[in-house]
Amino acid sequence: MLTITDLQASVDQKEILKGINLEIKPGEVHAIMGPNGSGKSTLASVLAGREEYEVTGGSVDFEGQDLLEMSPEERAAAGIFLAFQYPVEIPGVTTINFLKTALNEIRKSRGEEPLDAAQFLKLMREKAKLVNIDDALLKRSLNEGFSGGEKKRNEIFQMAMLEPKLAILDETDSGLDIDALRIVAEGVNKLRTPERAVIVVTHYQRLLDYIVPDYVHVLYKGRIVKSGPKELALELEEKGYDWIKAEVAAL
Amino acid sequence: MSNTFNNDLKQQLVADFQANESRLNGETKTPVHQTRREAMQNFEKLGFPTIKHEEWKYSNVNSLVKQAFDFNVKTEFGSEELETLAIPNLEGNILYFINGIYNPSLSRIVSPENQLQILSFGQAVKENPSLLDDYFAKYANYQDDAFTALNTAFAHDGVVVNVPAGKVVEQPIILRFITDARTANAASQPRNLIVVGKNAEVKMAEAFRTIGENGSFTNIVTEIVIDENANVQYYKVQNETEKAYHIGTTQVSQKANSHFYAVTVTVNGGFVRNNLNIVLDGQNCEAFMYGLYFPNGKQHIDNHTLVDHAKPNSYSNELYKGVLQDKSTGVFNGKIFVRDGASKTNAYQSCRNVVLSDEASMNTKPQLEIYNDDVKCSHGTTTGKLNDEALFYMRSRGIPKAEAMTLLMYAFCEDVISEIKIEPIRAYLEGVIADKLAQK
Repeated sequence: MLTITDLQASVDQKEILKGINLEIKPGEVHAIMGPNGSGKSTLASVLAGREEYEVTGGSVDFEGQDLLEMSPEERAAAGIFLAFQYPVEIPGVTTINFLKTALNEIRKSRGEEPLDAAQFLKLMREKAKLVNIDDALLKRSLNEGFSGGEKKRNEIFQMAMLEPKLAILDETDSGLDIDALRIVAEGVNKLRTPERAVIVVTHYQRLLDYIVPDYVHVLYKGRIVKSGPKELALELEEKGYDWIKAEVAAL
Repeated sequence: MSNTFNNDLKQQLVADFQANESRLNGETKTPVHQTRREAMQNFEKLGFPTIKHEEWKYSNVNSLVKQAFDFNVKTEFGSEELETLAIPNLEGNILYFINGIYNPSLSRIVSPENQLQILSFGQAVKENPSLLDDYFAKYANYQDDAFTALNTAFAHDGVVVNVPAGKVVEQPIILRFITDARTANAASQPRNLIVVGKNAEVKMAEAFRTIGENGSFTNIVTEIVIDENANVQYYKVQNETEKAYHIGTTQVSQKANSHFYAVTVTVNGGFVRNNLNIVLDGQNCEAFMYGLYFPNGKQHIDNHTLVDHAKPNSYSNELYKGVLQDKSTGVFNGKIFVRDGASKTNAYQSCRNVVLSDEASMNTKPQLEIYNDDVKCSHGTTTGKLNDEALFYMRSRGIPKAEAMTLLMYAFCEDVISEIKIEPIRAYLEGVIADKLAQK
């Protein structure tokens, strides 16, 4: 589904990603872990098409398409979804209006008929249950004045509505207490299908107690320095990142 | 007779003024005409402002005064043709002005006469001179403001509205100004007087529309006199052409416990200068001023506001917002006076702008003159670009860039648009604004 080959990227002339290789198949959940500043969020941003990042080398293939040539909206239409670490507050645009526009634009690009108001509301009610998100919240301006937990739940709700093929969760656990974390993780788990792949970017192992990955990759200094099964996350939790750093230094 | 503007503008206007006088017969002795004369003398002394004038620093009328205009373009409008220029579904007292001249046969007054008395300016001179003697030109500054002086000198048309004490006018009053520039450069100088009695309530709008390929010039002055405990909503809606010059002054006087609420929306216009001057001449007054402007191309939109807190315990609040595109320019100048005796004044002012092009520019100038220590005043202006992070967020959800920009700009304006309480006007503006923002 997704093949990343020797991906290099920089921001403000500073090289952050120094050659990432990663292969993701439908239905798989990959966790990307690593210490602060290792390039985790950069990888998520580059995949979603954030313009501040300059790709300086390598390639990304998504279902046979050159992802790096596509605009953010084209990537969304192709089935890529980024759950933001810091969801943006947009005063004056309600979540409902925002999502209806987004969903219908994506449908349009796929040659599907737009949903009318009634169809949209029905779908929305159905999906809102997945993450226990309140109707009243969706009628408010997008993320404006939302608590940290509400913002993250809104991200997963949007994922549920847009039904991506590949969801990238960028530090979705940051700033959440354990109850909020559980709700968000349960929402993600309900959205797991044999076709849908998920990349979970996280600093801590605790999210992975709830969203159990198939593979864990450790990103350090812009490279994936270690990959393994889900147990690798537990090892990192126990021993921290220092042994990884030591291993890399020894090379 | 043709009143035309040219390089010898002052001479031309003096000649026009004298020609007008010779046709007035007995009216020259009336106090109204004495005021016109005085105003003409002031205009002669003042001349048209140049950019050396502090109030006109960023708005250059040089290109206006070099053009020739016809002040007497005759146009016949059928009601069907008029329908295409109407604001859809707008009900109420609709008063049509064609090239500045009030047209009673096209107009429709639905409120009962005991609620609302409407006379053309000319009628008022003959039928209710005492109302004019009491209020006409007592508020708008024809001593120092050249355009107000010029308008006052030529005050022959427009409308005089009287809302008697205690009356609540349920249907809004819509002053619909249609300028027809299809055959010539059309100019007009409407003069309106709105007198709202104690405990009375009224909603009104001035809506401007210009059609045709030629230039136009509107120099309008509206005086609104609000007595104690009265409540007035006022909307100014401008959708004119690229070649339209609009210079307007809305002069408001508020007595104690009165409430005034204004929303000024400029969708299109070539060169626009709106002066909104409010004197809070009583305690416990409230004044709200909202504004929106969307210049694109080479449009120039200038809003000058003035709130004069003359008495204690009053409140004023102001929010202006603009979206500037292409090579357009905008000006916001907000003056707040707090007089020596006006303790416990609360005055707030904010102006926020989004500039979408490197070639567009916005000049903002808050001016606070406070002569009392016991006040709460604040002001703030911001001018910036659209939020890139918000734009990326929307695009990452599949919304194309142009659409996302339109949504964001619309959202930016939403808090002012939602202040328009006459629903058909709000709906109309939502439509024309969305169209304009989608043009990029």
